[in-house]
Amino acid sequence: MVVDAELASSIYLPMLAELVQAERLSQREKLLRLRLRDGGHLNHRPGQFVEVSVFGIGEAPISVASSPSRDGAFELGVRVVGNVTRALHQLQPGDTVGIRGPFGNGFPLSELLRRDLLFVAGGIGLCPLRSMIQYAVDKREQFGRIFLLYGCREPTEQLFSGELDEWRQRPDTRVLESVDRCPLDVAWEGRVGVITTLFPQLNIDPNRTTALVVGPPVMYRYVIAECLKKGIDKNNIFLSLERRMKCGMGFCGHCQINNAYVCLDGPVFSYAQLSKLEETEV
Amino acid sequence: MEKIDTAILVASKTEFRTFVDNIIQENEVHGVSRKAPGFTFDRLFAAEELCLDYDITVLPPSKYLLPAPESLLKFSLAPELRVYGGAEVRPSVILGIHPYDLHALKLLDAVFIGDLVDVNYRARRSATAIIGVDCLNPWPYSFAASMGTALPPAIFDVWLTDLGDEYLIEVGSGRGDGLVKRYLKTRSASEIQIKERAKLREDSLSRYQLSLDVSPREIAELLDKSWNSPLWEELGQKCFSCGSCTMVCPTCVCFDVRDKMELNQKKGERYRLWDSCMFEGFAKVASGENFRPTGSDRLRHRLYRKGKYMLERWGELGCVGCGRCVHACLVDIASPVYVYNCLAKEAK
Repeated sequence: MVVDAELASSIYLPMLAELVQAERLSQREKLLRLRLRDGGHLNHRPGQFVEVSVFGIGEAPISVASSPSRDGAFELGVRVVGNVTRALHQLQPGDTVGIRGPFGNGFPLSELLRRDLLFVAGGIGLCPLRSMIQYAVDKREQFGRIFLLYGCREPTEQLFSGELDEWRQRPDTRVLESVDRCPLDVAWEGRVGVITTLFPQLNIDPNRTTALVVGPPVMYRYVIAECLKKGIDKNNIFLSLERRMKCGMGFCGHCQINNAYVCLDGPVFSYAQLSKLEETEV
Repeated sequence: MEKIDTAILVASKTEFRTFVDNIIQENEVHGVSRKAPGFTFDRLFAAEELCLDYDITVLPPSKYLLPAPESLLKFSLAPELRVYGGAEVRPSVILGIHPYDLHALKLLDAVFIGDLVDVNYRARRSATAIIGVDCLNPWPYSFAASMGTALPPAIFDVWLTDLGDEYLIEVGSGRGDGLVKRYLKTRSASEIQIKERAKLREDSLSRYQLSLDVSPREIAELLDKSWNSPLWEELGQKCFSCGSCTMVCPTCVCFDVRDKMELNQKKGERYRLWDSCMFEGFAKVASGENFRPTGSDRLRHRLYRKGKYMLERWGELGCVGCGRCVHACLVDIASPVYVYNCLAKEAK
């Protein structure tokens, strides 16, 4: 038997990271704060994702929810949807997970400089967007005005309520919230209705504005239509897509959309790019 | 692979058998042998098991470069977490590859040893010597001639052509040169024998029963116009999503990754195994959304990947015309040559 030495540096071999803190965000979501065991930085860009391993259970692609402009640790917003995410929710501080990546292109930072940013988040879509919102908040002088539209199904499902309030207080930052429905016994001051109902309240300059949109697939078509209606160019509307992924490096085939690989060419695409891919149906 | 300037050689079939027995003594050799009702690539222990006059193997030789399952890493959870690279690679010789399967390997090389390198693949590939043979009697399902894959690309170590009592031998690499010099008694081929090879190859082209009505390079263009063809629905309705077409395909590379634990729950392994874009869950995410929900979506994706996407991304067509999928399909809908010919007719 010959074991090739180079396999030790295999691209499939994860770095190890320690869970620093786990914070419950809602009934279904937790925010996991992780630190690489070797003390190094993840060196991600806002909008990139990592492959997270729970050894013995498996690996799952999850967007980084924190900005690289924050300290050495990084955060992942995890909703329980399968075996790996269920195992991630059971981790205790001090436990170890595997991390590969960061993967993907992330948001197009150089194209966003000095632009007004319109963030549109649906549900857990706020997690990937948060990496960019935090980045823009931390480097406030590099960007224009900030708008955040955030919609979820019910008030109890809202994530990062404290941070929403914090962002709202920043100069030139507007945060608008909606819920699809609100039970009678829950207090809610925001709008009741789907996220597109927030658009009429928006007063943006379409020539200065870039939209960054992350949410469930069903949301995209309607939000894109509203952005176009506001006069935003299709090259200035960016969406981050979720797909099944195994390798993160363009080999395993799962994340392909026509001839685009979400893991390499995405997960962030402009609407102009996506409108050429028949399989996205946006 | 360095190019070796060697004359074309010949060896008698008796000498060649001795050659095979000799390399088996010192190397792990996998070759084509007869297994009722067909042929397979298998470990060879004696030259007499080798059958080079075959039409097709059940599985392509890519199974040696992308073995299923293949270990990606191993780990132990106790007493403390340890993770280490795990694949075992043994030097070997593959004997009897046909030209179309070698074209497929050329594509696999482009996929796995490109800008991004899959180290497992690269380790296996560089530890594998390839001795191929011309396919002079193609099977009825093949359309390699019209795909332009009936002659070998120059990535072999040694190439053979059956001249009856002898093999014509072309050396394609330093490694091939080493194998031939060390193990095989050869002499230079005559001008007449080299011409005979050309004639045999030419004659073999006329024995293909299936052929494409367009040139292979036109397939991508054809597909550009065919996204909404009624053909996808017509064929997709019949699809069992069984994945047979992809399991036998020499250019299929998609894989799933899984973890498994030993019974003691202390040690485990992460491994990959073949997956198929024809399986219902291939593009389904954990939340339940399926991005290719119907058989038609998946069948169309497979034929676009073979005829267009792989070419655009890696410079080689994803179909080499071997015909394995044509034969493997349970409901007779997988044939790329049928589909591309239908689309060509529609486009007229």
